[in-house]
Amino acid sequence: MSVTTVERAAPRETPSPEPSYLTAEHTVGSWLLTRDHKRIALLFFASITFFFFVGGIAATLMRLNLATPQGLLQPSVYNRMFTMHGIIMVWFFLIPSIPTTFGNFFIPLMIGARDLAFPRVNLGSWYVFNLSGLVVLYSLVMGGADTGWTFYTPLSASYANGYVFAAAMAVFINGFSSIMTSLNFIVTIHRLRAPGMTWLRLPLFVWGIYAVSVVMLTATPVLAMDTLLLAVERFIGVGLFDPTRGGDPILWQHMFWFYSHPAVYIMILPAMGVVSEIIPCYARRPIFGYVGMVLALMAIAILSFFVWAHHMFVAGISIYAGVFFSLTTFFVAVPSAIKVFNWTVSLHKGSIVFDAPMLYSLGFVLLFTVGGVTGLMLATLAIDVGVHGTYFVIAHFHYIMVGATVSAYFAALHYWWPKITGRLYPESWARFAAILTYVGFNLTFFPQFILGYLGMPRRSYTYPVEWQSWNVLSSAGASILAVAYALPLLYLGWSLIWGRKAGPNPWGATGLEWTTPSPPPDHNFSSTPTVVHEPYLYDPEKATFVSQEGTRHAG
Amino acid sequence: MYRWIPFWPDTAAVNAEVVNNLYIAELIVSGLIVATVVAMILAFGVRYRRGSPASRANLVQKTWHLEVGWTTATLGAFLILFVWGASIYIWLFQAPQGDEEVYVVGKRWMWKVEHPGGQREINALHVPVDKTIRVVMGSEDVIHSFFVPAFRIKHDVVPGTLQTIWFKANKTGVFRLVCTQFCGLQHATMQGEVDVMSAPDYARWLTEQGVHESLADQGRDVFRAHGCSGCHDENSTVHAPSLAGLYGTYVHLQDGSVRLADEAYIRDCILNPRSFTVAGFPPVMPDFSGQLGEDEVLKLIAYIKSIGKTRETGR
Repeated sequence: MSVTTVERAAPRETPSPEPSYLTAEHTVGSWLLTRDHKRIALLFFASITFFFFVGGIAATLMRLNLATPQGLLQPSVYNRMFTMHGIIMVWFFLIPSIPTTFGNFFIPLMIGARDLAFPRVNLGSWYVFNLSGLVVLYSLVMGGADTGWTFYTPLSASYANGYVFAAAMAVFINGFSSIMTSLNFIVTIHRLRAPGMTWLRLPLFVWGIYAVSVVMLTATPVLAMDTLLLAVERFIGVGLFDPTRGGDPILWQHMFWFYSHPAVYIMILPAMGVVSEIIPCYARRPIFGYVGMVLALMAIAILSFFVWAHHMFVAGISIYAGVFFSLTTFFVAVPSAIKVFNWTVSLHKGSIVFDAPMLYSLGFVLLFTVGGVTGLMLATLAIDVGVHGTYFVIAHFHYIMVGATVSAYFAALHYWWPKITGRLYPESWARFAAILTYVGFNLTFFPQFILGYLGMPRRSYTYPVEWQSWNVLSSAGASILAVAYALPLLYLGWSLIWGRKAGPNPWGATGLEWTTPSPPPDHNFSSTPTVVHEPYLYDPEKATFVSQEGTRHAG
Repeated sequence: MYRWIPFWPDTAAVNAEVVNNLYIAELIVSGLIVATVVAMILAFGVRYRRGSPASRANLVQKTWHLEVGWTTATLGAFLILFVWGASIYIWLFQAPQGDEEVYVVGKRWMWKVEHPGGQREINALHVPVDKTIRVVMGSEDVIHSFFVPAFRIKHDVVPGTLQTIWFKANKTGVFRLVCTQFCGLQHATMQGEVDVMSAPDYARWLTEQGVHESLADQGRDVFRAHGCSGCHDENSTVHAPSLAGLYGTYVHLQDGSVRLADEAYIRDCILNPRSFTVAGFPPVMPDFSGQLGEDEVLKLIAYIKSIGKTRETGR
């Protein structure tokens, strides 16, 4: 193997004599029974990548069907496709995406710990996740559910005849994986920080994961209750949600959204953390307003529990409840606006490099902003009355959950790829994929805002012919997006064998994870690091940076 | 009207015009916010790209002035939008008595409409232009959502209760009526048309339907057939609350609460009487849930509302 020079690298360390976590052991058992957070992160990566493509296939079929008004799929198939697309993408990709992979891999490395606090719980979480995955695949293969991912009663309890119970149980089991992982993160971040790693020296990614863990740990049990009650309702017929037996269908919506609105923040908070790492690194300057960013993260996490009924403005809740939840929704938009502002100002007087992680991150900021302002429209009561339940809502939440979160996921994947694998990815291909993602995404989802205001209802397998032009645009965009999402799989796979060796710190970043060899050894650090600085001490004027453990480098 | 690339929906009601103004205002605000972010990213991206000669001295890491100022400004702007949106919402969702009334029942997968005169239609709703239409809605099975895009009015139709909305169309024409709450297999086809007609056309349409019995009269038949009249008739000897003139009044219940006697209340009383015992009366009314279809309940309600009116006019 030839050793190549590394661009913008810190002074190269002598190669570690000890094997990396990848080469420490080679047996299959050493992977399946590993307690190493880095290996578990890769196990999760394999699982969620699989589900990303399963959910993607469902989306592809939907967009194919909607390319023409008369459609391609049977109505019953289309209805099952959007239901399974929602369930799989939400619980089997988006919610676990960044926390279980990059969170698992990098939280211990970033705070200077050898592993998470409970390595066995961490491995258990992966097995529970896969169990729930098997159940959801069973539900899918047997014919799928046709209720929408929201399982609204009484449709789901008394009318739908698909595999609703299996799908709901998959969600129930999946919740335990979320709880195990989030508990592990909270304890780890509280107890295992290296000497000197004070709360206000934590990288913002760690703060993002901390905030999301708090939300996961407190919201997920409510989801478990919901799905159990739904199972009881469906099988025993208790009548909790059945108006003919004195139940209340709206109760289900309250309980469901009490979890599922915070779940939206579960998807976005880690993404915010990722972008807050990448923008300072590629702008070569400290993040603007670190404390403000931390406060905004925690404010979003807390306020996310007080906005759930904004999904129900036209569902028959009282007018006063509508007004209250509209107000709280505007409140939660304020910290989000602060974050956008701070990311943008973090470019000021930087020395900006437009590599793939940065392109993905800037894409994140723009798409999150569009998703945010359309979120304000939906929070405005009178506008929500018109656009609720239409494609406007679809477009809005895809801007947040796909545009923003998946962009951040790919940003993280490229940014940390050299650390995870020890190899550099091909930069030109990656930039191309990042730009293609942005183009494909906007082409797919922007027309849906217009369709929504025109009145196209969501979850419909057909539509009037005059809306076809927008739907064709959207389907065309989806095909571009599919290529943009599949492309990294190819060139990242290529880089595993032919990619250049990365060295410990190819991007010249300040976090502790970059002080270890790439890939890191089994136990992360040969000696516990001591932290003396806040993160992101990049100096664009002198073109230097100071690592968190205090060494100054050129770059 | 057929347009190949539509950008803006029909606007055919007083409600819709009010909502349009707000929507345009928010589009402008949103556009400004997005444009600001794009402009800043582009400007900084070009000026401070790696290797550019721009000075990097005096880097700002935080300025509480800027951060607090920015936060306050956004909060202020958001509050204006909130108040604007909420005030319209309150106006939209408090249905006035209206000039005309229709009853709508959602059933998988159709909209059944009944007019007070007894005219019935399916997946179609004929209304006069420039009149306030009060729509009383119920569902026979799952949750549906009644949505007329051209009127920007929508409300879920939840089984087990009645919802009331209103609109005032100001253009004649045919507009789409859709269901926006997924209700099962044929949800996508649970659609119909709202036909807004001039007053004379509407009057002619009503008479052409060949109906002999008004909805209230049909309700009176249900009232007698199910034995309601045995207790609630004016001449009955049973100690039961009189229903004449009930509609629109406030009722004191046994549990101390006060309810407005609207459509939803009357429905609750028929189907779940023990939870709504009127103060001073024994809880003896039988439960009619499972015995009456949603159509029949609406007929009863139409009848009970009508006996209030006749009594008033009789004085």
